[in-house]
Amino acid sequence: MTIAEIVDILDAKVLSGEELLARDVHSACGSDLMSDVLAFVKDQSVLVTGLTNAQAVRTAEMMDIICIVLVRGKIADSGMIELAKDRSVAVLQTQHSMFAACGLLYERGLRGGGKSHAKKS
Amino acid sequence: MQKNLRLHYDISGDDYTRAGEASAQLKQVLRQLGLSSSIIRKVAIAMYEGEINMVIHANGGTIDVEIDSACISLVLRDTGPGISEIDLAMKEGYSTASENVRSMGFGAGMGLPNMRKHSDYMKLESTPGVGTTVHMKISIGEE
Ligand SMILES: Nc1ncnc2c1ncn2[C@@H]1O[C@H](COP(=O)(O)OP(=O)(O)OP(=O)(O)O)[C@@H](O)[C@H]1O
Ligand SMILES: [Mg+2]
Repeated sequence: MTIAEIVDILDAKVLSGEELLARDVHSACGSDLMSDVLAFVKDQSVLVTGLTNAQAVRTAEMMDIICIVLVRGKIADSGMIELAKDRSVAVLQTQHSMFAACGLLYERGLRGGGKSHAKKS
Repeated sequence: MQKNLRLHYDISGDDYTRAGEASAQLKQVLRQLGLSSSIIRKVAIAMYEGEINMVIHANGGTIDVEIDSACISLVLRDTGPGISEIDLAMKEGYSTASENVRSMGFGAGMGLPNMRKHSDYMKLESTPGVGTTVHMKISIGEE
């Protein structure tokens, strides 16, 4: 799906990255712990999170994540949007909770992807 | 690559929003060198975790990078409080991060284990009251 479709599905507001809306994304992850994202994420391109700071963008940048979805209508720090614009990371804001946002995207076909998704113990 | 490439970064300890800038810059350099995305990812994660640690636990420091045809070596030095129990610090989940740091999404105690996981060689030297030095190597070539 495209980032534009995510905007549509989550009834989201685009805070940065209008020019990225046509980009394709294949899988997503949801977390408020950046170290978890750094430890377990593999080739996901969307991060659903409640974190509203510049570090979320830095983490995205390290992991080649091109779209961050802020849940529960959280307000992004000014530093976050500034950095996101500079690094070409789309930041979307939705009123949905983390659980609902992930559920809605999953329902529409976005998956967790990577190995962590199907880890067997 | 013909000759070795050396890069030096000074990491400021008092600006949390800039933490990660050096790692982002190195990532850019590695891209320009045409390294594979999986190697770049490993280096980016290993260095970023180390850079964040320097900022949140040690008030900044320096990072020296050397790239040759076989590997990328990172040396992260700080003169922070040091780590008294290295074995404990290396455990997943162990963290002394403050509430403020946790609220930024860090403090899961995953940084050092993550650095070990993404590097092919890692050595952590630390003296309480003196500082910490982390050496990491990531080989280029075989995946
Ligand atoms: N450069 C350093 N100087 C002093 N102490 C450090 C340094 N790096 C790590 N530590 C200590 O080791 C602990 C574990 O580090 P680690 O990076 O694994 O987790 P963390 O930084 O607390 O959380 P996370 O990395 O998940 O955000 C830290 O909480 C801190 O006590
Ligand atoms: Mg850490």
